[in-house]
Amino acid sequence: MKFIGSLVAVLLLVLLAYLGVGVAGLRELFGVVLPYVSVVVLLLGIVWRVLCWAKSPVPFKIPTTCGQEKSLPWIKQNKLDNPSNGLQVVGRMILEILFFRSLFRNTRMDFRGGEEKVVYGPSKWLWIGAIAFHYSFLVVFFRHLRFFSEPVPWLVKLTQDVDGFFQLGVPAFYITTFVFIGAVGYLLLRRLFIPQLRYISLVNDYFPLLLLLGIGTTGFFLRHLFKTDVVAIKELALGLVSFGPKAPVEASWLFYCHLFLVCVLFMYLPFSKIMHLAGVFLSPSRNMPNNNRAVRHVNPWNYPVKVHTYEEYEDEFREKMYAAGLPVEKTPEQAAAEKSAGDNGDDASSGTDNKE
Amino acid sequence: MAEPSFDSMDYYKKDELLEVDHKPPRTSWMKTPVEFRPGTWIYPTKAKHLEYLGMPNPRDWSPTDEDWKLPDNWQEIIFNGMRERLDKYRSFKVFMDICVRCGACADKCHFFIGGGDPKNMPVLRAELIRSVYRKDFTTAGKLLGRMVGARKLTYDVIKEWFYYFYQCTECRRCSVFCPYGIDTAEITMMGRELLHELGLGVNWAMEPVANCFRTGNHLGIRPHGLKDTLEFFAEDIEEATGISIDIPMNKKGAEVLFITPSGDFLADPGTYTCMGYMALFHEIGLDYTWSTYASEGGNFGLFTSHEMIKRLNAKMYAEAKRLGVKWILGGECGHMWRVVNQYMDTMNGPADFLEVPKSPITGTVFENAKSTKMVHIMEFIADLIKHGKLKLDASRNDHLKVTFHDSCNPARSMGILEEPRYVLKHVCNNFYEMPENTIREQTFCCGGGAGLGTDENMEMRLRGGLPRGSAVKHVQDKYGVNTLATMCAIDRATLQTVCDYWAPGVGVSGITEMVANAMIMKGEKKRKLNFRLEPVWGDPDEDEEG
Ligand code: HEM
Ligand code: SF4
Ligand code: SF4
Repeated sequence: MKFIGSLVAVLLLVLLAYLGVGVAGLRELFGVVLPYVSVVVLLLGIVWRVLCWAKSPVPFKIPTTCGQEKSLPWIKQNKLDNPSNGLQVVGRMILEILFFRSLFRNTRMDFRGGEEKVVYGPSKWLWIGAIAFHYSFLVVFFRHLRFFSEPVPWLVKLTQDVDGFFQLGVPAFYITTFVFIGAVGYLLLRRLFIPQLRYISLVNDYFPLLLLLGIGTTGFFLRHLFKTDVVAIKELALGLVSFGPKAPVEASWLFYCHLFLVCVLFMYLPFSKIMHLAGVFLSPSRNMPNNNRAVRHVNPWNYPVKVHTYEEYEDEFREKMYAAGLPVEKTPEQAAAEKSAGDNGDDASSGTDNKE
Repeated sequence: MAEPSFDSMDYYKKDELLEVDHKPPRTSWMKTPVEFRPGTWIYPTKAKHLEYLGMPNPRDWSPTDEDWKLPDNWQEIIFNGMRERLDKYRSFKVFMDICVRCGACADKCHFFIGGGDPKNMPVLRAELIRSVYRKDFTTAGKLLGRMVGARKLTYDVIKEWFYYFYQCTECRRCSVFCPYGIDTAEITMMGRELLHELGLGVNWAMEPVANCFRTGNHLGIRPHGLKDTLEFFAEDIEEATGISIDIPMNKKGAEVLFITPSGDFLADPGTYTCMGYMALFHEIGLDYTWSTYASEGGNFGLFTSHEMIKRLNAKMYAEAKRLGVKWILGGECGHMWRVVNQYMDTMNGPADFLEVPKSPITGTVFENAKSTKMVHIMEFIADLIKHGKLKLDASRNDHLKVTFHDSCNPARSMGILEEPRYVLKHVCNNFYEMPENTIREQTFCCGGGAGLGTDENMEMRLRGGLPRGSAVKHVQDKYGVNTLATMCAIDRATLQTVCDYWAPGVGVSGITEMVANAMIMKGEKKRKLNFRLEPVWGDPDEDEEG
């Protein structure tokens, strides 16, 4: 149901692009206005969301430790899984962000019941799928820079050449295109066919995947199935980045559809779970060193709380403590004498709030 | 013989418990209401404890009642409580926003593994709150509702929260596997804080909290009672070793204040570990003291609210200051060390009246504890052994085949993994690890932490204990393991049940107990009894001179 809904939503977007450009001829809107709007929404949206998170303080240092901590000098610390200083945290974060360290750890439960009951095996599929998806996405994104630059930077050219290395087809197929579509397809299929995963999935999960699939396939069609005037499109792109947009080109509605879906992705991104791309940097269980006992962490809103002081405690148990021979601050006689004096004067032994 | 009742483990048939269906039901989770089945939920807090602690809405009620007697404006209270916490904790806010529902955490929770209830997948546990967050705090949720996973906060949602936030032991195993480190334990902590604002909590956690606030320890042992207890232990030590030892209590000017969970005063086998501490400190001549006021290492505040953590934890530093000690030594405990490591200094520090801990026996300075000024007993003992300060005869533990259970908090909120292993390997000759994916940072919870270890919750404890129990059974079958060593007071109480059920024949032991048994004490008599006063090294009735 949620899948169908998301699929319908993406198809509606495609239809919208077709009606907008193919029928109504709103090239100005789809080729100039929306791209600008979407980039502004994307950038401001991300900044706004990150600021929102950053506004909330981090009251406690709560890293999830995944290895031996730094302790005695002769005990080997696991610096990357249990960092004890800023540099090691950077190391841990690099592993997380570039290599999806935690996902790499993934295991799969195999519930057998009987004598063996439960065993756990490594499970790398999600990691492979996620890595394939993210890196192919990155490369595809990067390759697009050839439309937005003149001359094309050498690194972009190189990427393109390596990517099209096999020289199959005219124009050459890019490996990453297939990896991208394959990986997104895999992520989608596992969502649909693993029962637990389908159970937890929301429109918020299907929609972005289908949107990405839409972007990928329209892109593929543009390059390989339909004749597309690449020169005209590059002109449009260069115009957009130089803030002097040319009159929108006579490109096929499919191109505008591709562009439109990307615009939707940009506008959707800051308000969706894809914000994990920024959130992961702010995750307190990963981005803090586990050096709590050596370096005090300050909580900006630490407030006094009601505690039970030793004086109150001794007042309650003094007789018993004294009788048992436990040391006391005041003997029962002293306390009694003070009490009778205090009944006349003011009581100085209040104070239930502890410091700071 | 009477039929066993639901709070006894005999009530549950193994093969029935093992019939776990991990496939989710047909109805979507939002439309599946909770069912309060006996054995899967915990009795609510008694009114008198909430009153004593000055917490909201004290009253008597039961989760099986239709009416939970919530305050009239309960929705407003939750809404405000959520907003306050979103503004105060970046963790909560970020974790509400960035989950991609990849499912990596799903089969990592012991309650899901052993029970199959989809709402015990960490991701869904978090969604219980996240769905309400979407409705109240995000525009998309307000506009699109159900479609984007948002739902209204209803009475049933509160019931669901109560049920599932007390089916999470805050063990953080899920957090290890999440690509963003989303920590469902943190979300559970927020959920429980919110529930407490409505007066919803469990007695198994809150009675200890109230006790601890008043008497200094969870069990409500009064000062003179503690003295009696320790004297009783000293007698047993003397019977086993022939050595009479001192019991310094509330002693001003001692060098070290020693604090351990009160479970070790009352419940076997924790008591033997407590005797182990006493014998050890006597043997090395440590100038230390017990405290009756700070007579609790554990902190059930951790299972209640951040404020309650601070209220209970304050005693440690306050007492260290009053007694004028130089530093604090902490015993074997799990959640205590989460509090000491991750909260104490921030909440109640800086402890500038203490000194950087230095072992008076070896001269080692514990740089890693230079701010908190509190050292873990395993660090302390490992250092003693490394410097050859203990005379150990590991063969005294030869009747034990030992495996080690990493407790959740020391493993995932601290990372003290090697010290206990180092110590164990020096005090016993037969040590075997459980399978790789069930130890160290991937260790499985005992199933009874975070205030869940009570008998009326027996079904969930056995289910949650299955992954650990199954790993123990594995080494029992393979190597003949008969002892599960662990450095946590809750574990010592809960894991015995788990072992009796899933790996019968395996006993639970603290580490210091094993250290003390292996330790050759100056002037000891020919040892025949261990600290449990069991004749493991010969017939005690046999004549000494023989
Ligand atoms: C530490 C870094 C990151 C990790 C560990 C990570 C991990 C993941 C995972 C596990 C998924 C879920 C796939 C699924 O099951 O549906 C995902 C989806 C996605 N990620 Fe990332 N990601 C990271 C950074 C990024 C970055 C930098 C981007 C940049 C655009 C990004 C964009 C996306 C997109 C577009 C999706 C697919 C949409 C979806 O499934 O909803 N991610 N990521
Ligand atoms: S592993 Fe993390 S991101 Fe994935 S479903 Fe679980 S909590 Fe969400
Ligand atoms: S913290 Fe532990 S008990 Fe709670 S959801 Fe995560 S794995 Fe389960």
